[in-house]
Amino acid sequence: MSSALNTSDALTEGAAQAAPAQLGYRQLIARRVFWLVAATATLAVLVVADILIGPAFLAGGDVLQALFLPSQASSMVRVIVHDIRLPMTLMAILVGISLGTAGVHMQTILGNPLASPYTLGFSAAAGFGAALAILTGITLPFAPWLTIPLAAFVMCAAAAALVFAFANIRGMSPEIMVLAGIATLFMFQSAQSMVQYLASPEVLQSIVFWLFGSLLKASWNNVPIVAACFVFASLIVLPNLWQLTALRLGDVRAASIGVDVKSLRIKLFAVVALLTASGVAFVGTIGFVGLVAPHIARMLVGEDQRILLPMSALTGAITMTGASVLSKLVSPGGVIPIGIVTALIGVPFLFFLILRGQRRHW
Amino acid sequence: MSLQTKHLSVSYGTAPIIRDFSEPFKTGQVTALIGCNGAGKSTLFKAMAGLSPMKGHLLFAEHLLTAAEQRQHIAYMPQDTDATSSLTVLEVVLLGRLGKLGMRLPTSLVGEATTALQTFGLATLENRTLNEISGGQRQLVYLAQALFRTPKVLLLDEPTAALDLRHQLLVLDRVRTYARDSGACVAIALHDLTLAAQFSDRLIGLKDGLVVAAGTASDVLTQQNLQAMYGIKADISRGPSGKIQVTPLHAV
Repeated sequence: MSSALNTSDALTEGAAQAAPAQLGYRQLIARRVFWLVAATATLAVLVVADILIGPAFLAGGDVLQALFLPSQASSMVRVIVHDIRLPMTLMAILVGISLGTAGVHMQTILGNPLASPYTLGFSAAAGFGAALAILTGITLPFAPWLTIPLAAFVMCAAAAALVFAFANIRGMSPEIMVLAGIATLFMFQSAQSMVQYLASPEVLQSIVFWLFGSLLKASWNNVPIVAACFVFASLIVLPNLWQLTALRLGDVRAASIGVDVKSLRIKLFAVVALLTASGVAFVGTIGFVGLVAPHIARMLVGEDQRILLPMSALTGAITMTGASVLSKLVSPGGVIPIGIVTALIGVPFLFFLILRGQRRHW
Repeated sequence: MSLQTKHLSVSYGTAPIIRDFSEPFKTGQVTALIGCNGAGKSTLFKAMAGLSPMKGHLLFAEHLLTAAEQRQHIAYMPQDTDATSSLTVLEVVLLGRLGKLGMRLPTSLVGEATTALQTFGLATLENRTLNEISGGQRQLVYLAQALFRTPKVLLLDEPTAALDLRHQLLVLDRVRTYARDSGACVAIALHDLTLAAQFSDRLIGLKDGLVVAAGTASDVLTQQNLQAMYGIKADISRGPSGKIQVTPLHAV
């Protein structure tokens, strides 16, 4: 009896630390919220810079006047700011948050740090769809501007359906999903190469330019579509944030605390397909953001999806807008396709965090 | 009142793992599940927790449990302590009450989770990630999570496997206290037969998915049963407290 009492006493040691412990958790949350605020501020600065900078070399005052007092701005400046720069900046933000969240969902549901919409073949499928549309020259009669994005969107959805069909046979296990995704990646890359091989030099140039990924395709027609897809996807995901957090404990532990792992994985897989398809359909293949934005976000704010998800979205948006600014600065008077420079923005920061970090994040 | 399994069977493909398992798990008591590797202990727990398909029925207080009720009322703690997650220790414990977590966490809930950690002497680790603590500490964290859930049925799969001797005693004592104080049914899969005898009210011995023996420690821990279950000869005696002690001697 006395030994039992002794062990109970030993187990309750540290009871006096209750107050400091709660304070510690609040401090942790405060630190994570600080990173969210800092990321939002960084994005705001980059958004302003992205709108101010461009190949037309407009004066800052003229740009601001066109933004806030459009009736007093010249029509040329108004058109450049409102119809070219603003849609491009908004598209950079939307594609960034779409790919950033798609990436974090993919890594969470597959429990794999290398998972991303790109590595699982979704982007390659979109590229194949676009290349096929460019090669055949088919256009939609009611909306020619929608032809290539729709082809990319449909192929991306087809890739997701293919991966899903194979994985579902084996109970949607992460290992099978990753293997099926990699097989899909190689299949669509091969199909993409075939289309390029068959294309004439002029058509090939158009295909390659699409595959680079460029914000020049942004317009007031397509920005609302990407925004609507993101809002719809968010409405599906938001009620499941804690379930997603629990999934990082592994399937069995998540299931043991009440998560319906299979249905959650299916739901999120569909969300990833939607976000990726809408993200790349209008701007082309952006391969880096969906992989690295979640890692940067995780290093800064941890695994709590209430904070990780917005942080990954912000990190994706920062990477895209930062790349947009850089693409204009590198080549004054021109704009380098953004897909070429996204990695140049994110990789140095990721290396810095890896070298500086004391913790293992995966 | 008890949790009662009725003709519970589990198969992987055509291979039977658990065969016609019908045993009671009484409230307020600790039941130890013993048997050699591959006897079916983990499979049985997973099936009871609704995590793998099974045939047969599970009744709690004479009420047939649905799959959803299984997941709601039965907490299962798997035996592995591997972790590739950078969730913090406190977050892991909070996840024990998944259904109560929203965008904002009540201070009282965080306080309760902190207290659950203090119960296992883990308060100083609350903001450390799972990656940063030892396997034994992770086992304690998962146990704190399971108890934080305050389940009606608690199934622990080798909860002391990664723990030192002191913590084995601390954990088993805490689990027994939880069963008695809360009136929960607690079942523990254990390899240490002396600890099983010391901390459980009832033992069930398994071999190849079949029940070899069930009852008190003196009923189950006999030379004949140990040879049937483990293929060993052992010295079975009573310690100073009157509890049975088992010292394995050699394989047969």
